[in-house]
Amino acid sequence: MNTLPQQLANGLLLGSMYGLIAIGYTMVYGIVQLINFAHGEIFMTGAFGAFTVYFYILPDGVSMAVAVPLMLVGGGIVAILIAVGAERFAYRPLRGAPRLAPLITAIGLSLALQEVVRNFYPGADRAVAFPGLDATHEIGSVTIKDADIFLIVAAIICMSALAFFVRKSRTGRAMQATAQDPDTAQLMGIDTNRIIVIAFAIGGFFAAVAAVAYGLKYGNIDYRMGFLMGLKAFTAAVLGGIGNIYGAMLGGLVLGVAETLASAYIDGIPGMDKLGGQSWANVWAFALLIIVLLVRPQGLLGERVADRA
Amino acid sequence: MIVRRSMVILTSVMATGALTLTACGSRDDKGGDSDNGGGTTLTIGVDAPLSGENSTTGLGIQYGAQIAVDDANKNKLVPGVTFKLKAFDDKAQPATGQSNATAITGDKTAVGAVGPLNSGVAQSMQQVFASANMVEISPSNTNPALTQGKDWQTAKKRPYKTYFRTATTDELQGSFAADYAYNGLKKKKVFVVDDKQTYGAGLAKIFNEQFKKLGGSVVGTDHVNTGDKDFGSLVTKIKTSKADLVYYGGQYDESSLITKQMKDGGVKIPLFGGDGMFASTYIETAGAASEGDLATAVGVPADTLPAAKTFIETYKSKGYKGDYGAYGAYSYDAATAIIKAVKAAVDANGGKVPSDINALRSSVVDGVQKSDFEGISGKVSFDEYGDTTNKQLTVYQVTKGAWKAVKTGTAS
Repeated sequence: MNTLPQQLANGLLLGSMYGLIAIGYTMVYGIVQLINFAHGEIFMTGAFGAFTVYFYILPDGVSMAVAVPLMLVGGGIVAILIAVGAERFAYRPLRGAPRLAPLITAIGLSLALQEVVRNFYPGADRAVAFPGLDATHEIGSVTIKDADIFLIVAAIICMSALAFFVRKSRTGRAMQATAQDPDTAQLMGIDTNRIIVIAFAIGGFFAAVAAVAYGLKYGNIDYRMGFLMGLKAFTAAVLGGIGNIYGAMLGGLVLGVAETLASAYIDGIPGMDKLGGQSWANVWAFALLIIVLLVRPQGLLGERVADRA
Repeated sequence: MIVRRSMVILTSVMATGALTLTACGSRDDKGGDSDNGGGTTLTIGVDAPLSGENSTTGLGIQYGAQIAVDDANKNKLVPGVTFKLKAFDDKAQPATGQSNATAITGDKTAVGAVGPLNSGVAQSMQQVFASANMVEISPSNTNPALTQGKDWQTAKKRPYKTYFRTATTDELQGSFAADYAYNGLKKKKVFVVDDKQTYGAGLAKIFNEQFKKLGGSVVGTDHVNTGDKDFGSLVTKIKTSKADLVYYGGQYDESSLITKQMKDGGVKIPLFGGDGMFASTYIETAGAASEGDLATAVGVPADTLPAAKTFIETYKSKGYKGDYGAYGAYSYDAATAIIKAVKAAVDANGGKVPSDINALRSSVVDGVQKSDFEGISGKVSFDEYGDTTNKQLTVYQVTKGAWKAVKTGTAS
């Protein structure tokens, strides 16, 4: 049996999730040059927001076709509130400060959010069972389940909508202008604070979409789920060219596929049996990042905005 | 400027807060053997993961020991001595376990410790207890090297005379599982996965060797990282290997995800693991995918032990969190062994608690070595390596959403 189609599907699915989260890193970086390390935790709170809707608000036995859109709304609201709140209360006061100050703040915020969820969300000190979409489909030699279809469809819709928004809408163009030069943009009458808030909100919403997909796919969520996913998504953003929204999605897909293929096939290469398998997936993923950055320091697609002098 | 000043204020508030918390944490460490009642309070430490991964089982250990301490106090097992349990959360991290061990040995009223849950954590704690000459009894560590030295397969040598366990070893558990897989389940092709930790890798290795020795074939192996969530690639590999069983050495955090993703990916074969995944959380997390999966656990099921009946009733009536099923009874017996050793030391001292804590600790170590009593999990006594002489094991299978014992036996 040829496993390549299945492994590619596995990789693309994982990569779509990385890509959705990476959007948040890349948009915020593109506009305020801040690496929002708390973004992984915004993803995590999105998952808990969606779970709250499912478990505490919706009646038992509600159809998933009804539940999933409402969970997206619930998760989205929580993630957006936290992302925008973080911007307003943690990052905006530090806008003029040296780069390190907001970075450290982001790391602190990330730890704080984890601990808040762990301590105050009922039952969150260990994995929480999330409703799954587990019906499977066979397409040729590839097995995928409903949650995977949700993830792919959601990723495509979100990306198309974002591309359209950034290119065509007035706010989107204002966003591009702010990314190129915030001071001039402000002089031209653009409310840059509003643009920054919108960037955080979009990133938060995309993270919440990814979080719902994560819960539906893996069937459980926990307070630490954002750490590794955030790190991988950040890697994806850098891989694709941080600041570039298309790069984030491409970086996510490349990272997901590379990781999956490495863990599937490297141990089959003669002499490499000790360097393959699931446990080496992360090593190969980061090795890929290093190689790409050596050859193309600006990432696969490069930063789209003009570099500031 | 305003921004800067508010940052300074914030920082100082946080620093003050942190210092205050630290002060709270260390307040208990000073000595003071006696309270106002004229009796003596002695502390037994318990170390297990009480939050995060493995915490379901970890809390079972904490409250198992708690009930033993409460029983001893209620029955005045050692006249004039009140026992106090002090719980430490190691978060399944070796480094945290080590600092907890230091805190326990630093407490001048502490006479012994129960725990930890994880073999990997135990490795980092053993030396600390050995230096303080304080007894440490784990209700659940199963890695053979902990008691029999790293060359346990060829030359057994006990590394620390203060370390004991009421659980049996992976050598027996892995062989028992291999035997059941080959002869009981009639499985011939197995895919072996482990999490590279002391416990998981050790168990998987023993299973692997024993399964091949019996005549089965190992059609593939892989390793995962603790904390991994996506096992899509692994599942595809298992699918192509045509294995009829997956053996997993590790904890339920990963194995529950693996089994779920396996069944979702159309690989309808059971997953078999060790006592690290024998917890109700495994079934809760994996849901219907866990049906038919198997796990070995040390000892016999707590529910079938006649002596454990009161223990289970107490556990339930107190509303304790966690799961007593796996190690609660072993934890109870571990704490009881320490308490009985204290009693022996007090009796030998003419009914008085030895005033020198180091002398007391030393005689407790000797006392535990000589343990010989009927505990709630069976007979409690230790061999020359500190291993339990109770070598019973049970295979459990998930049946209708609950672990059900399918075979109990004594490992050979």
